[in-house]
Amino acid sequence: MKEYQTITEISGPLVYAEVDEAIGYDEIVEIETAQGETLRGQVLESSEGVVAIQVFEGTSGIDQNASVRFLGETMKMPVTEDLLGRVLDGSGRPIDDGPEIVPEERQDIVGAAINPYSREYPEEFIETGVSAIDGMNTLVRGQKLPIFSSSGQPHSELAMQIARQASVPEEETEGEDGSEFAVIFGAMGITQEEANEFMQDFERTGALERSVVFMNLADDPAVERTVTPRMVLTTAEYLAFEKDYHVLVILTDMTNYCEALREIGAAREEVPGRRGYPGYMYTDLAQLYERAGRIQGRDGSVTQIPILTMPGDDDTHPIPDLTGYITEGQIYVDPDLNSQGLQPPVNVLPSLSRLMDDGIGEGLTREDHEDVANQMYAAYAEGENLRDLVNIVGREALSERDNKYLDFADRFETEFIDQGFDTNRDLVTTLEIGWDLLSMLPKDALNRIDEEFIETYYREDDSEHEVVEAAD
Amino acid sequence: MSKADQPETTGDGVIQSVSGPVVSARDLDARMNDVVYVGDEGLMGEVIEIEGNITTVQVYEETSGVAPGEPVENTGEPLSVDLGPGVLDAIYDGVQRPLDVLEGKMGSPYLDRGVDAPGIDLEEQWEFEPAVEAGDTVEPGDIVGVVEETVTIDHKVMVPPDSEGGEVVAVDSGSFTVTETVAELDTGEEITMHQEWPVREARPTVEKRTPRKPLVSGQRILDGLFPIAKGGTAAIPGPFGSGKTVTQHQLAKYADADIIVYVGCGERGNEMTEVIEDFPELEDPANGNPLMARTSLIANTSNMPVAARESCIYTGITIAEYYRDMGYDVALMADSTSRWAEAMREISSRLEEMPGEEGYPAYLAARLAQFYERAGYFENINGTEGSVSAIGAVSPPGGDFSEPVTQNTLRIVKTFWALDADLAERRHFPSINWNESYSLYKDQLDPWFQENVEEDWPEKRQWAVDVLDEETELQEIVQLVGKDALPDDQQLTLEVARYLREAYLQQNAFHPVDTYCPPEKTYLMLTTIETLNDEAFDALDAGVPIEEIVDIDAAPQINRIGVQEEYEEFVAELKSDIAEELRSLY
Ligand SMILES: Nc1ncnc2c1ncn2[C@@H]1O[C@H](COP(=O)(O)OP(=O)(O)O)[C@@H](O)[C@H]1O
Ligand SMILES: [Mg+2]
Repeated sequence: MKEYQTITEISGPLVYAEVDEAIGYDEIVEIETAQGETLRGQVLESSEGVVAIQVFEGTSGIDQNASVRFLGETMKMPVTEDLLGRVLDGSGRPIDDGPEIVPEERQDIVGAAINPYSREYPEEFIETGVSAIDGMNTLVRGQKLPIFSSSGQPHSELAMQIARQASVPEEETEGEDGSEFAVIFGAMGITQEEANEFMQDFERTGALERSVVFMNLADDPAVERTVTPRMVLTTAEYLAFEKDYHVLVILTDMTNYCEALREIGAAREEVPGRRGYPGYMYTDLAQLYERAGRIQGRDGSVTQIPILTMPGDDDTHPIPDLTGYITEGQIYVDPDLNSQGLQPPVNVLPSLSRLMDDGIGEGLTREDHEDVANQMYAAYAEGENLRDLVNIVGREALSERDNKYLDFADRFETEFIDQGFDTNRDLVTTLEIGWDLLSMLPKDALNRIDEEFIETYYREDDSEHEVVEAAD
Repeated sequence: MSKADQPETTGDGVIQSVSGPVVSARDLDARMNDVVYVGDEGLMGEVIEIEGNITTVQVYEETSGVAPGEPVENTGEPLSVDLGPGVLDAIYDGVQRPLDVLEGKMGSPYLDRGVDAPGIDLEEQWEFEPAVEAGDTVEPGDIVGVVEETVTIDHKVMVPPDSEGGEVVAVDSGSFTVTETVAELDTGEEITMHQEWPVREARPTVEKRTPRKPLVSGQRILDGLFPIAKGGTAAIPGPFGSGKTVTQHQLAKYADADIIVYVGCGERGNEMTEVIEDFPELEDPANGNPLMARTSLIANTSNMPVAARESCIYTGITIAEYYRDMGYDVALMADSTSRWAEAMREISSRLEEMPGEEGYPAYLAARLAQFYERAGYFENINGTEGSVSAIGAVSPPGGDFSEPVTQNTLRIVKTFWALDADLAERRHFPSINWNESYSLYKDQLDPWFQENVEEDWPEKRQWAVDVLDEETELQEIVQLVGKDALPDDQQLTLEVARYLREAYLQQNAFHPVDTYCPPEKTYLMLTTIETLNDEAFDALDAGVPIEEIVDIDAAPQINRIGVQEEYEEFVAELKSDIAEELRSLY
């Protein structure tokens, strides 16, 4: 392997070097500084005679005396089932004092696109035990469903609750289908403290054994964040599609990932897109998020829950915006609901699960699930809408009908949504609470629900009915 | 060039630099838009810029590992599609590689590089039935015979548009592959079932005509308020989650076109999988055959190469034109044209072209116009009439319609279905905003609805629009003072408008019956609400208190019309129930 001491320019995270052989686009590079430190990077542009290299660990310490080696291959992730239970850094190197990892394969981290013809449409209900999700925004195996949050909000608690409680009801009763459950956690630029919360939760619940943890923390190099999720997803695909695991991938925080992309774009003096983010960010994010799914003839699945903190709690910001355009829905964590003390503070109105319709209903969840969800959405939206008006004209000025909707909205929040981060509700409990609330409304207002279901589930005498909360 | 040809390469070059999907080569003897094979693996690409000795190529596959010094081979031909029987019931990527064939060839669920396949099966035998005989003179476009391509569609085998025509000297019925000669002309030309056409060039026609037939969609708000014509253009802009894709899918399922070309351009993989899984099972409302029998799918999802995303729109519209030439009404859905525009932007910025608004290339508006111009109701060169309707989803960043793709699209299209995030949050679906949306075809389509549904179709529509307009104005007042402060007649109007919104404008795409609403049912639903209106105002005039009027038992049944399969009887009964109940109050 040839070594060059030909660095001509260093600019932000980028290094330009002269070469006299052909270097492949995307190839991995090692740079050894005069101090003997080895840094890794990747070819961003390859021309005859000169290449542009993006250095993952940042370029500090590099000068024109540093030597550059081209490894002749693109970035790989060493994969094996033995990764389960291990903690790695953001580039996939173990940091947990465990034994050396002997890879079974080394896989390219830029995964090839799944042929849409080879996919299997996801429709297996995952019971998360969270009413706001199971009842209103059902998650299915192989879905990508991000949490849209903002800084200081309890999105991690929600993600941990999901990771802890997620199960597929049928399998519990019928026994295993041979596929096991695994969690892959990819931290990008979060604080040590946040990371510890996850780690402690994993250890407390014994989940660590079936988890792989990738840690790129706030003080780790920013550019490394562009490879961390690819390491994570390569591992996830391997475990899912070659080892039959049902893998739940949690990526946090995607905002830090996007900041890193922006930094590289700026260093390359690219024409910036909206708010300074690169014009190709949609494509780049799609190449991550689209690695969720199911494949025909394979038993495993990759389900993604990326977490992102919306700058300024603004969902038109390019990071949530582009994410929402790619993922199969989104769950909003709402600061107002949080300050009211709701746990989890999920605002269901802008939330959505696009794969819900095919994953629920008779034989999958319950016959009335879709209708109940639709009616609760409509009723909550109506009540929520009336709240502004109440502030102006007062409750007395509203009709009886309107007052019922206001009550519905209040109880929906306190009884349906606010279940606590430690309560695991099964779906039937969730739907029954739904019926308790819907029965506050007159029967003929339930225009989204099949008359047959109203017959079966409507509580004729609401006043005597008390809400039964299932124990944890 | 199309992929049915063996690549015969001319003028080779050498890669000079690689940056993502853009590769530049020196010493390549090429013209703009020539198809080239790049690198040792022979990745497919297209020439997009020539400057002196340097040729720039957009590559339709991933370029990781490709290095300067590797060869570039020119095919000397522009990017083309393979046309012939077998295009229907197929699923392609953006450069018309059949995804099912690729899966087999690659032996993997992942899309490998450097694998190619013709757009139509070259081995398959088709039963050819001649439509001409020896001695007949044929001209370009003329139909020389027919094969049954699918249970639904007869494929018309045509003299290619760029042929000279001539006298038929031999034509036979029988079983042929698409490359075998089915007719011979006196000029020596041999006609096969296979044609090629460069995707960036519109197929010729005689003239564009004013469209006068609606593309009936079975969606109440579209047919009832904002209809699109066969041969018309429409845009569906909206933020994520507002219903663009569901609307496109509904059109693909239920629109009364002969042929559907569905282009998934830079969107989700699972949405294409859903179509691939559902369409062979779903019934065509016109004839009960599998929907796939009239459909051709193009799936270049968001994670597939961005250059092929740029071309997928052209691949789609060229296929649409080909079936139009046979005399069919074709509807093309493109989801999403914004991803197409972004692909242009991405390539353009790698070329370091001068960016226009929001970084889009200056030619964005022209490209959008060229695309929608290829839609229309046409007289074809063979004398038949056919149409291409083009319906494009638009995905404005942040849901802001003032951005360049939405604005430039609105300048061209004649139907605008504006999706609204607020409606979607309330689960009012389809969340098409009735105040902002419009159709410029409305008037020219009225005669069709009058003739085929009811004479007073236009008046009924106007009545609904007026009530909804009035509601919008009243809502502003309600937001300040509450509903009870309004006079009784205005409260009643609000009540009627609520039924219009909840029963008529809303339609559940996932309900087995409600998902498709024939225009007759759309009409009856509207007249039921009008009955309520008229009877209720009579009651009010007769002094019945408003509380009693809005409380009648029959009215909420209006919300159940949508889910009735036997709706005629239901509606007739409901109308008389409403009248009876209200009249009994005075
Ligand atoms: N006509 C409809 N009926 C019922 N649900 C709908 C309808 N239109 C949209 N939806 C709901 O909205 C969600 C988002 O719609 P989609 O078309 O995927 O949005 P977009 O393409 O604009 O992002 C769907 O998953 C579905 O739940
Ligand atoms: Mg969509």
